[in-house]
Amino acid sequence: MDPEHLAQLESALGQVTGFIYPNEVELHWSILIVIYPYLTGLVAGAFILASLERVFNVKELQPTYRLALLTALAFLIVAPMPLQAHLGHPERAFEIFLTPNSASAMAMFGFVYAWYLMVVLLMEIWFDYRADLVRWRQSDKGVMKLVHWVISLGSRDISPAAVAFDRKAVQFITIVGIPSAFLLHGYVGFIFGSVKANPWWSSVLMPIVFLFSAIVSGISMVLLIYYVTTLLRRKALDMKCLNTLASFLLYTLIIDLSLEALDFIHRLYESEESIEILEQLIFGKLFLSLTIVQILLGTIVPIVFLAAARFSELPNEMKRMIYFVAAVLVQVGIFSTRWNVVIGGQLFSKSLRGLTAYKLEFGGQEGLLVAVGLLVLPFVILALLLKILPPWEDATTDPDPEPSEAQLT
Amino acid sequence: MSQTYDRRKFLAEMLKFPPATIVLGVIGPVKLLAAAGADEDGYEPTEHYYAMGIRVEECIGCGKCVQACKLENDVPEEPFYFRTWVERYIVYTDGEVQVDSPNGGMEGFPPVADDTFPPVAAGKEILRTFFVPKLCNHCDNPPCVQVCPVGATFKSQDGVVLVDEDYCIGCRYCIQACPYGARFLDPRTHTANKCTFCYHRITKGLLPACVEVCPTQARVFGEIGDRSTPLNRMMRMSHLEVLKPHMNTEPKVYYTALDGEVR
Ligand code: SF4
Ligand code: SF4
Repeated sequence: MDPEHLAQLESALGQVTGFIYPNEVELHWSILIVIYPYLTGLVAGAFILASLERVFNVKELQPTYRLALLTALAFLIVAPMPLQAHLGHPERAFEIFLTPNSASAMAMFGFVYAWYLMVVLLMEIWFDYRADLVRWRQSDKGVMKLVHWVISLGSRDISPAAVAFDRKAVQFITIVGIPSAFLLHGYVGFIFGSVKANPWWSSVLMPIVFLFSAIVSGISMVLLIYYVTTLLRRKALDMKCLNTLASFLLYTLIIDLSLEALDFIHRLYESEESIEILEQLIFGKLFLSLTIVQILLGTIVPIVFLAAARFSELPNEMKRMIYFVAAVLVQVGIFSTRWNVVIGGQLFSKSLRGLTAYKLEFGGQEGLLVAVGLLVLPFVILALLLKILPPWEDATTDPDPEPSEAQLT
Repeated sequence: MSQTYDRRKFLAEMLKFPPATIVLGVIGPVKLLAAAGADEDGYEPTEHYYAMGIRVEECIGCGKCVQACKLENDVPEEPFYFRTWVERYIVYTDGEVQVDSPNGGMEGFPPVADDTFPPVAAGKEILRTFFVPKLCNHCDNPPCVQVCPVGATFKSQDGVVLVDEDYCIGCRYCIQACPYGARFLDPRTHTANKCTFCYHRITKGLLPACVEVCPTQARVFGEIGDRSTPLNRMMRMSHLEVLKPHMNTEPKVYYTALDGEVR
């Protein structure tokens, strides 16, 4: 038996208040399970943002369309890793595919994931890039030529008819993709929301709350990535695009906050037998991460910032800065949202009579180091994807007229 | 019941399909098929349906059952892993309820009635106290079985909920889903673990270890059905309660004299 783990349980036992079932000293879903919904949320959110441009024709978002798709892909590749790493027997994970229990919400993960990756994201990216891949291949040299040839799967037709077909295909996949993105993250919410034994999780609102927080996180992440990559490339930020991103972020934040408030009021009003222990949880162990970080810093402050910047006459310089800060705060807020759901839901006893504690390990399979690694990895993958599939408008040879007039700054 | 043998049925179907058999054979789980056949001792699960009765009024909180369980089932000795445990409830005259279960009640409980017990020393008056043994309820509608992604947790035909430790992937969804805290992750095998009603004993006609050692016969084990077992007598003669009935898990551990404070 791992002595470090035992020592940790000893210390958790010392921090128990009230009564918990003896088996509840150990907290089973660790930081890795916090990261999992955080990552899938970003995937779903980034994809939905990309779809806005395609399906709803929000032209201002053109500069972030491909960036959002690649962001979604990078995060999707990493999303199953924390799940896998957290298993007691990672080597048996394939059993989920071989002998899934159709009654289990978790068993569907593999299928939802595969559908989303294969059918939606990869297909959409492929069709969207196909014509460019063919063109790049002609001008490329060396390794890149090979890479682009492989990714293009050898296709070479760039006649107007073929390009028109690509557009249609992308349009179609996006339409399939939106419900899929809803499914992907709504489903993650369902994994928690359907656990009737846990009053903090068990709620029909859970998938919806997850979904909106996903959209919020996706938009703010794409905003951040667009901001940073554009500055790194020493290009001008498209202010129209940033303004639109900020507006959408603001609206979804407001919906997100309303949903959370609805959930809270509903619980308070129904006042079921769990209310007392949940109150202790909210005003005790979760006060900092829930009230301060998630609600105040992660939601209300960004709402105020965004509203103030969006609808005022501030110089663009200032606006940009405020958007950036708001988006960073939103990310921190969303991460604590996931934390409060996953860890918060395990801090109280199912006897509803006491609380336990969670201490993050540093090393080890479920420690801080692994967690940080899993959070950095998507950015590494994204950097690679940006190299192979540059999403920038100046990289496409597609005759795209209409230079954005807002590229003034 | 239908979920119980789905996996085995699936594997049996696969056997009829040679390419899949080869794939499965390479990966390994085919050895499960060996387990799917009849028991070599001639035990026939369909002929039994087990349950347990717990007479709260008889329990003296000695903790012998917890000790016996740890020994019999090789449960890790640390105070974080229990297949069964005993809780003590102390209800004070002011309505406050205090619950404890030091080391699962394995070594019994410190006395309450004298001034060595802090609340009493501080002037609190005790209204009533009692002990409640707990274990897996072998629910007829078990959420742990529902959520297990690979079917490693299953309901056997004799009504016992079991974990296949060669198949469990250690995702711990079942631990989250059990409303009773009956499960733990075995730190040695990294698989889910819990009470089996001493399956290795009952299939040989023996009693579960906890039932065997209980000095007051607070635990009654047997079959539900038309046999004249002690359990059946108890079920006929008493008002029975189960834990958390609103969860609709349909437990098969039945309590008599269960207090409303017990959760
Ligand atoms: S008591 Fe818990 S572990 Fe036992 S069958 Fe019911 S839900 Fe499953
Ligand atoms: S821990 Fe094992 S038994 Fe429990 S749900 Fe996961 S795979 Fe099934």
